[in-house]
Amino acid sequence: MDKEYVGFAALPSQLHRKSVKKGFEFTLMVAGESGLGKSTLINSLFLTDLYKDRLIPDASARLSQTLTIERRGVEIEEEGIKVKLTLVDTPGFGDAVDNGDCWMPVVRFIEEQFEQYLRDESGLNRKNIQDSRVHCCLYFISPFGRGLRPLDVAFLRAVHDKVNIVPVIGKADALTPKETQILKQKIREQLEEQEINIYQFPDCDSDEDEDFKKQDAEMKESIPFAVIGSSTVVRDGATRPVRGRLYPWGAAEVENPHHCDFLNLRRMLVQTHLQDLKEVTHDLLYEGYRARCLQSLARPGARERTGRSKLSRQSATEIPLPMLPLADTEKLIREKDEELRRMQEMLEKMQAQMQQSQGEQSDVL
Amino acid sequence: MSKGQSGLGKSTLINTLFKSQVSRKSASWNREEKIPKTVEIKAIGHVIEEGGVKMKLTVIDTPGFGDQINNENCWEPIEKYINEQYEKFLKEEVNIARKKRIPDTRVHCCLYFISPTGHSLRPLDLEFMKHLSKVVNIVPIIAKADTMTLEEKMEFKQRVRKELEVNGIEFYPQKEFDEDLEDKTENDKIRQESMPFAVVGSDKEYQVNGKRVLGRKTPWGIIEVENLTHCEFALLRDFVIRTHLQDLKEVTHNIHYETYRARRLNDNGGLPPGEGVLPPAPASPCPATIAE
Repeated sequence: MDKEYVGFAALPSQLHRKSVKKGFEFTLMVAGESGLGKSTLINSLFLTDLYKDRLIPDASARLSQTLTIERRGVEIEEEGIKVKLTLVDTPGFGDAVDNGDCWMPVVRFIEEQFEQYLRDESGLNRKNIQDSRVHCCLYFISPFGRGLRPLDVAFLRAVHDKVNIVPVIGKADALTPKETQILKQKIREQLEEQEINIYQFPDCDSDEDEDFKKQDAEMKESIPFAVIGSSTVVRDGATRPVRGRLYPWGAAEVENPHHCDFLNLRRMLVQTHLQDLKEVTHDLLYEGYRARCLQSLARPGARERTGRSKLSRQSATEIPLPMLPLADTEKLIREKDEELRRMQEMLEKMQAQMQQSQGEQSDVL
Repeated sequence: MSKGQSGLGKSTLINTLFKSQVSRKSASWNREEKIPKTVEIKAIGHVIEEGGVKMKLTVIDTPGFGDQINNENCWEPIEKYINEQYEKFLKEEVNIARKKRIPDTRVHCCLYFISPTGHSLRPLDLEFMKHLSKVVNIVPIIAKADTMTLEEKMEFKQRVRKELEVNGIEFYPQKEFDEDLEDKTENDKIRQESMPFAVVGSDKEYQVNGKRVLGRKTPWGIIEVENLTHCEFALLRDFVIRTHLQDLKEVTHNIHYETYRARRLNDNGGLPPGEGVLPPAPASPCPATIAE
């Protein structure tokens, strides 16, 4: 009899099955001045065409444009694993002549997502909480400047305690390898000087193998990532076709580690640290927001209603949180949407099964 | 004069254009170098020589332009500087005892560096060029053009040209100053096809096909500055120095300066600046001595 084997070694695979069934959600924000290759990079990262019908406004149109927040959703599937990716874009950022406070709509947006989650969490029906919080913000820095500009610093300082920041140098094919190194160094120095907290990669576990550790160290060293994006394929002579940009003097390849850090970024964002980004968002950034929010309500004014000792997650629902109009109905609508989607999926599966069994029956006959 | 945000390669390009270290590069990525809070105007004079011909070249740089969060009216210090030079010249001109050769500190050409975003002009670019094309010759350039592929370059140039036209910005060579048909056809070709010149600058040399060339070395190839299939630096150089240098000076003197002068005289009641308020005598001799 196998006394030592109880069977809970099978727990990880149970977890795996459940998560795969549930699917994964991830919200990625891209920010930075226009013309730094943000959209092209996103298309390259996820091999989708999220920006298919894009119209680029000309300068006179941009004179009067204010910052808008755009959300695009796409479902990607790879080897049975489904990811619901939401992309938040910030067109108009840094475009105007006077960009004072142009980052406020972005800050408000991030906070609104936290707010929504806080209400959902504190609500009575917590079955289908939709997590629309921003898990990661890719901030694009211009390769043409001398490091961070005043606008970059202002934006980063406004959001670094609310979202995971991953700084990226766009259009890195403008720089020679030496220039890239110098620029990265400068940016790292400026970030430290300005006390901006970017996303910190956790140190790998000591039991990981050497290769992984080396890769991890390399990745940490190459921040900010200098990237090139492209959705066009170039045929560079005898070698196999690769994605890149074809110039008269040669082809810059997106996935060539000697040309840019694209592979590192993709690995970090998708392969190794996606889950950690979500966890940091939840455990650190969101909790920070929540604590600030609830503390500010526990000051005089709200004290008559709930003493600090009685402040619990339940009582949070009775306190008027910063009001979102029609928040409850929106939530209901979203929940119903999710249910509908799931029922549709089940229906499709059943239909497929029926067709299969019908086919078998006809074979038998 | 060279204008544009920091980091667009202005100093490197000036050095490449005149093949000598005429522009003090902000000591590449110098740690102590901070973005200046306001737009500064730095003028450095050099004397360069080629084939026995001496030229006194003054390069005016404007660090700090367009770098702030709020860039409203950041062109005003520049406009003021240009007008100050006109004023200086005017004062010399109206002197009773004039110098034989009035020192000419007027700005003959303003190279405006456009950022190669590949999208369109920035609102700041439009505002600047709208204001300054009225007082100085503006030659727009697309900086760091090695980030654009050939198709992107063509598209971007077309879009920029269209935007400039739609906004009524007349860059040099201005259509209205074409003197004869020959000039017009030559300039038309430049205006509609080549400008704005997409340039790459470099002060480093590399060995390519046995020759030493100025260029930039990247892991995927060497960009040759003077190779016309790589960028239009050679076109810009020929344009500004070899063919249109004299014309740039003439347009500045005959058109921009005269406009300034006429405005100043009008403001002063037809009198040269600096003179007291004389009774409006119709037979005043002053205007006659000034007009040449």
